Amino acid sequence: MGSTAIPTGTKWWSGGKSPFNVSYGKVMMWYFLMSDAFTFGAFLISYGTIRFSVNNWADPNKVFNSFPFAGHANLPLAFVSLMTFILIFSSVTMVLAVHEGHQMNKKGVEKYMILTIIGGAAFLGCQAWEWTHLLTGEHVALLNDGTLSVLPTTVKMNPWGEALSHSEMVNALQKTSHEQLVAIANTLHHGAENAHHAAASLTNQELINQIASSEIHATHTGPIAFGGYFFGITGFHGFHVLSGVVINIIMYIKTKLGHFEQRGHYEMIEKAGLYWHFVDLVWVFVFLCFYLV
Amino acid sequence: MSAQHYENPEITFQPDHSGGTKKIWKIFWVLSALTIVELALGYFLYAKDGQLGNAAVLTTKIVIGILTLAKAYYIVSVFMHLGDEVRNLIMTIVVPLVLFVWFIIAFLADGESWKNLRNTRGKSRTYQTEEVSKGAVESHK
Repeated sequence: MGSTAIPTGTKWWSGGKSPFNVSYGKVMMWYFLMSDAFTFGAFLISYGTIRFSVNNWADPNKVFNSFPFAGHANLPLAFVSLMTFILIFSSVTMVLAVHEGHQMNKKGVEKYMILTIIGGAAFLGCQAWEWTHLLTGEHVALLNDGTLSVLPTTVKMNPWGEALSHSEMVNALQKTSHEQLVAIANTLHHGAENAHHAAASLTNQELINQIASSEIHATHTGPIAFGGYFFGITGFHGFHVLSGVVINIIMYIKTKLGHFEQRGHYEMIEKAGLYWHFVDLVWVFVFLCFYLV
Repeated sequence: MSAQHYENPEITFQPDHSGGTKKIWKIFWVLSALTIVELALGYFLYAKDGQLGNAAVLTTKIVIGILTLAKAYYIVSVFMHLGDEVRNLIMTIVVPLVLFVWFIIAFLADGESWKNLRNTRGKSRTYQTEEVSKGAVESHK
């Protein structure tokens, strides 16, 4: 191709030849991804630093142990494994779309782009469920004022500290207000409306006896930074997934309209693919840092 | 179907894309296998929680970390086709990332150091739950 006549209007990499024998767009996508890798790396290292600096970080096997429609079953690592495999599989369909693009097979590109988009949407759905589960969770935790309260996991609240001993819990229950005692008692019987009304009419001592004799797991509060790092980093990653899905949808439409066929190459699919694989790559590290270790 | 060609005189080289999808599926199985091993080690840590020494836990976590790096290598090299690019391009992307080695060592050591400082200064932080010996607090005053 070196001897090909140069068409007018060619946008040159200055110098007339790509230094890396790839197009300008692809090189810049690589450099963007490298800078994004530094952003994610900085977030994850900051998270690691704070995690190393406290004695009791939240135990991922306790925080992430639920699965949709499995009730209160203890299933550590299960749901996040599903999310990981969804993302790996959507990465495979993306690379297959790129492969079909190299063969100039429009139908193949369309098919695999659709599968990739579905994979991305499935991942986002999983993440939405996980966030909702944490943000609406009910965990009995000891506050600084010595009373017990029902807490979710948010950027300001972390109920995932060390477990309270039975005597610690009984002491704290004596100081806890009637309102909070009712709320704690209500976590014992989920969804039973009658029980909720019944709890409100009990005396404090009756509630304390009920709670103390139950199998409730009360904990100290954990480091407050946990929620901020978890929601911040998985949110930043989720936003990358979301924008990746949007980019993939645009690429699908452009394929469908035949833009790339007219152009003679499917390089845009390759560039979208680079971004999509990067999202998978980051998840590999988020999975490591938040869930596995 | 004829293979695509870039109408771009700046690019004089095209990687060979005529191969099938065999390699892609092979890497898919490699990534899946690595993930399953990671999960198995994760469950091992969970099942043996409290029974393993610090060194054993740390070793397992480092092994999981190495497996993660292997996954990253396969994704970048094969799925992102960086392995097919010109060596100079690979180097301009990979070499700056070597900075992470030092970032990780320096910052995690800092975190560890903060923890040690905090633990000898009594219960000045609300989330500090580890008992500090009276002697340590006294000697610090």
